[in-house]
Amino acid sequence: MLFLLMYLFIDLDASKIEGSQATAKQAAELLRSVISQQRLPQTHQATALISAVRAVGEKLIAANPVELAVGNIVRRVLHIIREEDLSLATAAIDGLELSAVSDDEDDVERDDYPVLSAAAVAAAARSTLRPPSLQTLLEDTPISAAIPHTSSSGGDSEGKSRSVDKSSRGRKLKHDVIEAVNELIQDISTCYEQIAEQAVEHIHQNEVILTLGSSKTVLEFLCAAKEKKRSFKVFVAEGAPRYQGHLLAKELAARGLQTTVITDSAVFAMISRVNMVIVGAHAVMANGGVIAPVGLNMVALAAQRHAVPFVVLAGSHKLCPLYPHNPEVLLNELRSPSELLDFGEFSDCMDSASGGSLHVVNPTFDYVPPKLVSLFITDTGGHNPSYMYRLIADYYSADDLVVKRRPATTS
Amino acid sequence: MAQIHIFLHAFILFLSLFFVVTNEKKHETVTEVCPNTPSVSPPLKSKTTKAERRALQEAQRAAKAASKANGNSAVAESGKAALAKSKNQSSLKKDGPPVTSEVTIDKKSGNRPPEKERKKDAPPQRMQFDDQNRVGKAKRRALVNQTEAKNRVELFRHLPQYDHGSQLPNLESKLFQLDSVHPAVFKVGLRYMAGDISGVNARCTEMLRALQEAIIDYSTPPEKVLIRELTAKISSYISFINECRPLSISMGNAIRFVKRRIAKLPLSHTDVEAKTALCSDIDRFINEKIIIADKVIVGHASTKVRDGDVLLTYGLSCVVEMILLSAHDVGKKFRVVVVDSRPKLESQALLNRLIAKGLSCTYTHINAVSYIMHEVTKVFLGASAVLSNGTVLSRVGTACIAMVAHAFSVPVLICCEAFKFHERVLLDSICCNEIGDPGALATVPGRMDINYLENWTNEENLQLLNLMYDVTPSDYVSVIVTDHGMIPPTSVPVIVREYGQEHYLI
Repeated sequence: MLFLLMYLFIDLDASKIEGSQATAKQAAELLRSVISQQRLPQTHQATALISAVRAVGEKLIAANPVELAVGNIVRRVLHIIREEDLSLATAAIDGLELSAVSDDEDDVERDDYPVLSAAAVAAAARSTLRPPSLQTLLEDTPISAAIPHTSSSGGDSEGKSRSVDKSSRGRKLKHDVIEAVNELIQDISTCYEQIAEQAVEHIHQNEVILTLGSSKTVLEFLCAAKEKKRSFKVFVAEGAPRYQGHLLAKELAARGLQTTVITDSAVFAMISRVNMVIVGAHAVMANGGVIAPVGLNMVALAAQRHAVPFVVLAGSHKLCPLYPHNPEVLLNELRSPSELLDFGEFSDCMDSASGGSLHVVNPTFDYVPPKLVSLFITDTGGHNPSYMYRLIADYYSADDLVVKRRPATTS
Repeated sequence: MAQIHIFLHAFILFLSLFFVVTNEKKHETVTEVCPNTPSVSPPLKSKTTKAERRALQEAQRAAKAASKANGNSAVAESGKAALAKSKNQSSLKKDGPPVTSEVTIDKKSGNRPPEKERKKDAPPQRMQFDDQNRVGKAKRRALVNQTEAKNRVELFRHLPQYDHGSQLPNLESKLFQLDSVHPAVFKVGLRYMAGDISGVNARCTEMLRALQEAIIDYSTPPEKVLIRELTAKISSYISFINECRPLSISMGNAIRFVKRRIAKLPLSHTDVEAKTALCSDIDRFINEKIIIADKVIVGHASTKVRDGDVLLTYGLSCVVEMILLSAHDVGKKFRVVVVDSRPKLESQALLNRLIAKGLSCTYTHINAVSYIMHEVTKVFLGASAVLSNGTVLSRVGTACIAMVAHAFSVPVLICCEAFKFHERVLLDSICCNEIGDPGALATVPGRMDINYLENWTNEENLQLLNLMYDVTPSDYVSVIVTDHGMIPPTSVPVIVREYGQEHYLI
């Protein structure tokens, strides 16, 4: 497993894995193996799992902070662990109550039992349902220590069943978490199909669609509409300096769509004849803003000027719970200038002692503010940018925003 | 009796319609029924408005009143043939500069007051390339046979989309064979086609110099009037240049100036005097409207550059380059951001020159404009033409830059000479544009790995579109710096109206 980890780090560092989907899938699989191999103590299984995942996640995120999908998956897994733990605790509480009710006939030996069990129930409820605060942290150790103690003070059978309960609960937690992570991986793999299903609702006959660069989501989306016998035209802007637009245009033309390749500078000229702009995203932030391939802010502004809907397609693994502070600088990656200028071209004029200096700027991403986006189409349906914060509450917990381990003294 | 009546009526009809044809067709040509020999390509005819035709008629009738009686019977019969031919040619419009105005000025001395003519003086229609009839006729008269590009973009069917560069070797071999085209003009046409000259100022200057040489070498054939013959010759040269590469809107202004000067030549001048007058006029035009105008613009715009500024420029505009260099020479401390785009990558030449002179520059491509715009304090852009509704026609991508600058509240200054102002109006970049070589999009120079579009011509669903110009709306432009001063975009039609007519008549 260590080797797996190493390979993933190296790949992320060198940005060799292209595309958030592949990255997300690999990260999820890695975390699944981490979870399955983690030995869980009798108590605080959830906490142990969480800290283990956090340790690995921190390293993954540090390898490539700009690849936000990795951080998203780490946080999703953490949320899954917490949720599974919570659901098990509520099931256990229900079970305890049932057992308390059934034991009511035996009053004598179990006189203190219902009281204790009530206390135990309350304690269990507090520890899992309440958000962590100073008090819960202080209360945690004695109460959970009391539960096995009280259970062992009860009848042997109950004690045994309780401890069996605990260990089986631990195994059940792991099992449930791994199942949920499998579901997550499944969701990531099928996000294209689910988004593409919605294509027919948005593309009608004889439309003209504009896109920039290349995105697999967009390709599947447009081809799904084509399958349903809608005929439309596509303008693809090149997307310098990577020129992925050429690839997309070739693919679309091969599948039978009327495609025209234009330069990025011609976007404003052509957008007056375009009905819809459909693009993919690198990440969607908590405020509804989009981290997109460079050039898309320009396209979004042009679309706003001409009142053309700007539609962003994004799988749910791209939804990031962070708020973008100064995204052009902090969430951006500057690539090599050799993509713009050949190495030897400007060396002679740089040598002269005239004092001229040359900087070459080659950013990879652009930030599109939420007010320029008309619609997000995710695998859960279409949403407004103002709704994206609510989706975050579904997928992530507030504790996990900062994936940094606390210093060793408290853990 | 009745026959003579009919003949008279017919004759008057034919005569009036015959004089509709522009003044190249002289009285004698009516007797020859066969069309002109192809070696001298027939001159351009464009639609003349009703007012001009009437003015023409009246003046010429007055002049020819004496000889009317002689040409009666001959006119009646051959008038029919001439009529059919003249109708064809008068309805043929070519993508050329508006040539109506020299007719109006010519006949101004007639009865019509100038204001009425100016009102009806709408710009003539340009050639629309989806009209099969006209395209066919233009092709038959063309000297340069361009082949149509495969995979044409449907949206731009009204613009010529040709296989670029295919005619260059063909024409080069014909250099000494074509008598109809003066060698200087031929050379300029070839250089246009090869893409050696780019930028309106350079193209205009080269074209005017070539016309100067052609005028110097010109000699009037016997029994012909210099004015008409020279105008015909100039028109033929212009149509040749147009076939090599479509004229830009502001070059039309220069050509219109030349034709006006020719038309204004007093008839008493001898050939030599006329030619020297014309050459000095052209010299004056180039000097005043381009060279000195540039100096004035640089003077105005340099006052806008302050210490600590970060100036953004796009494309290769000679005026903007002059502004930056002069501000640097004066000693101001500023940075320059040079934005470039495909497929021409022309800003790299500008970058070279700026760095050689010692400016500190940042280079980036047009997609990264949103990234860099928060650092920028002013944007300086050049223009190919400025239209009457305040929109600016210039290199494709300028509109994107102006839009992003507007979104970041950065002022946009357009620097262009006043001869580029035109009375046309345009709302978007589709109706009037130029389509460049689509093959230039398929390959990226210097990046061998980007070869996805190698066989793009084989894909029937795939088209490549290489637009050359785009139109920037007037609300993105803060100020236009011209040799008349710094004006807001809303004042452009005022300049066109007030200064357009008079300055050309000096």
